[in-house]
Amino acid sequence: MKDELVFKRPEVMADVTMHYCPGCHHGVAHRLVAECLESMGLVEKAIAVCSIGCSVFLYNYLKLDSVEAPHGRAPAVATGVKRARPDNFVFTYQGDGDLASIGMAEIMHCANRGERVSVVFVNNTVYGMTGGQMAPTTLIGQKTTTCPGGRCRDREGAPIKMAEIIAGLGGVAYCARVAVDSVKNIVKAKKAIQKAFEVQTQGLGFGFVEVLATCPTNWRMTPVAANARIAEEMIPYFPLGEYKDVTKEGGTC
Amino acid sequence: MSDKRIFIKGNEAIAMGALAAGARCFFGYPITPQNDIPEFLSKAMPDAGGEFVQAESEVAAANMLLGAAACGIRAFTSSSSPGVSLKQEAISYMAGSELPGVIVNINRGGPGLGDIGPAQGDYFQAVKGGGHGDYRLLVLAPGTCQEAYDLMIESFDLAFKYRNPVMILGDAILGQMKEPVEPWKPEGINPEEGKDWALYGASDHSPRIIKSLFLGEGELAGQNQHLREKYEAMQVEARAESYLTEDAELVVCAYGSIGRIVKSAVRKLRANGKKVGLFRPITLYPFPSNELLELAKKGKRFLTTEHNLGQMVEDVRLAIRTVADSEFFGFMPGNLPTPDAFEEPILAALERK
Repeated sequence: MKDELVFKRPEVMADVTMHYCPGCHHGVAHRLVAECLESMGLVEKAIAVCSIGCSVFLYNYLKLDSVEAPHGRAPAVATGVKRARPDNFVFTYQGDGDLASIGMAEIMHCANRGERVSVVFVNNTVYGMTGGQMAPTTLIGQKTTTCPGGRCRDREGAPIKMAEIIAGLGGVAYCARVAVDSVKNIVKAKKAIQKAFEVQTQGLGFGFVEVLATCPTNWRMTPVAANARIAEEMIPYFPLGEYKDVTKEGGTC
Repeated sequence: MSDKRIFIKGNEAIAMGALAAGARCFFGYPITPQNDIPEFLSKAMPDAGGEFVQAESEVAAANMLLGAAACGIRAFTSSSSPGVSLKQEAISYMAGSELPGVIVNINRGGPGLGDIGPAQGDYFQAVKGGGHGDYRLLVLAPGTCQEAYDLMIESFDLAFKYRNPVMILGDAILGQMKEPVEPWKPEGINPEEGKDWALYGASDHSPRIIKSLFLGEGELAGQNQHLREKYEAMQVEARAESYLTEDAELVVCAYGSIGRIVKSAVRKLRANGKKVGLFRPITLYPFPSNELLELAKKGKRFLTTEHNLGQMVEDVRLAIRTVADSEFFGFMPGNLPTPDAFEEPILAALERK
């Protein structure tokens, strides 16, 4: 019988062991980014802006020209990169603490200016690398090391819904929220990432994809239970879907 | 750019010098007294084929500079004291990532919100670090509008030569003062500048990573050692103006606008037969310590004058510590200095013997 290769690592992904914990969704999100870059022929044009948090090591896993941004500042750094090199493809990859807390001003204004950059926003409702502190997206009642009794709406406010906020800004050409907890959702997630990349390559505006993701370690859950939590607790509060798509509106931003 | 003299503000000289140097990205945010720089560049930069961005904050502006610098493009940002404090995060990252970029500080009075008048309270911040970690900026302190123009051009060459951020430290006097300036354009800038390290997509090189995170055992120590060697190599750039120091009994040390005002005071005192001279550091880092030490070895006495409570005087004392000391006269931030304000303290120091 002849062996046929039907599944392999994208070339742009480095052949190294990732530091991510078992059951973490970063690996899946990385792969989707890698697949889109390859299928769209963007690998040699891409400049990745890496952020602070677990995903800072994106530059060890994707073989791209990369720059490391200070905490939360990736959209500002990406603005500088894109303005300096308008012909390159520029994207950031950020977590929820980075993007929705310390980097709130930078993401809002980068989106509002309609910078021709793409943002992959991985929301796992917790600060991962620092050891499981409360994030701006931590769900009500969720226990973390800095809200040990569970997040309380009256005390800590409600979890921030970034996709909805970003979609309301003028310069945004595409904005969606996806999950990578099932094959069906992974397929949709890849389409959304591709769309967020396309609005940049077509010069239409800012592209944004929020990816709901697990953090089994800091959720104190098994990988299987963490994966199930996406559908059971996260999607009901963070609904999936496309929040803005100027290509369907028949015009640009 | 014509070779005719033009009558412009120091802030405009800085903006025009940067354009002449081939700067193609500017990222700014409004703050007095540096607003002429972003206002001028909002039109002039796009006209020159470059990018102007009014950022949402000084934090963002400095990080945009980091991004453009990572691409090997000549880029800069400007601000004034409180805004420069906000830029320190990105400046530290740029130093750690070895990125060339220019940061202009049109120093105003502090601490806190202070005032919008001239001051030299940011000397320590500019010269000793400002942000976190061990690093140094090249710091240039122009005293006239022409020198602001000239040093702005040179700042980009230095930034790329050493792959290090450069700070231009002016003040509200320099920024707001109008003087004749002779614009000039440097010889062609190497179009390959930065080609061997900058980001432009991994099309003809293996992927490049520009970062300041070094977690592997010994890696950070190696990086710090490398930076130390770079800072040692920078010492050859030290430069100062010596005015009538040859036969002076008392050498007055002052930088920037104050150096220029003190020069007037020295000139007047000389006319009255007083043997005083001026030593004006043009580079604050590296500090022109060797030149100062040579003067000290000739038996000169020293008075350092600043528009602050005493900052550069520490570097003066450090430079001459084996043979001499320096007195200090601090003109208070919040007041506008005149040559008269310095005459008396200079005379007093001269006559103390």
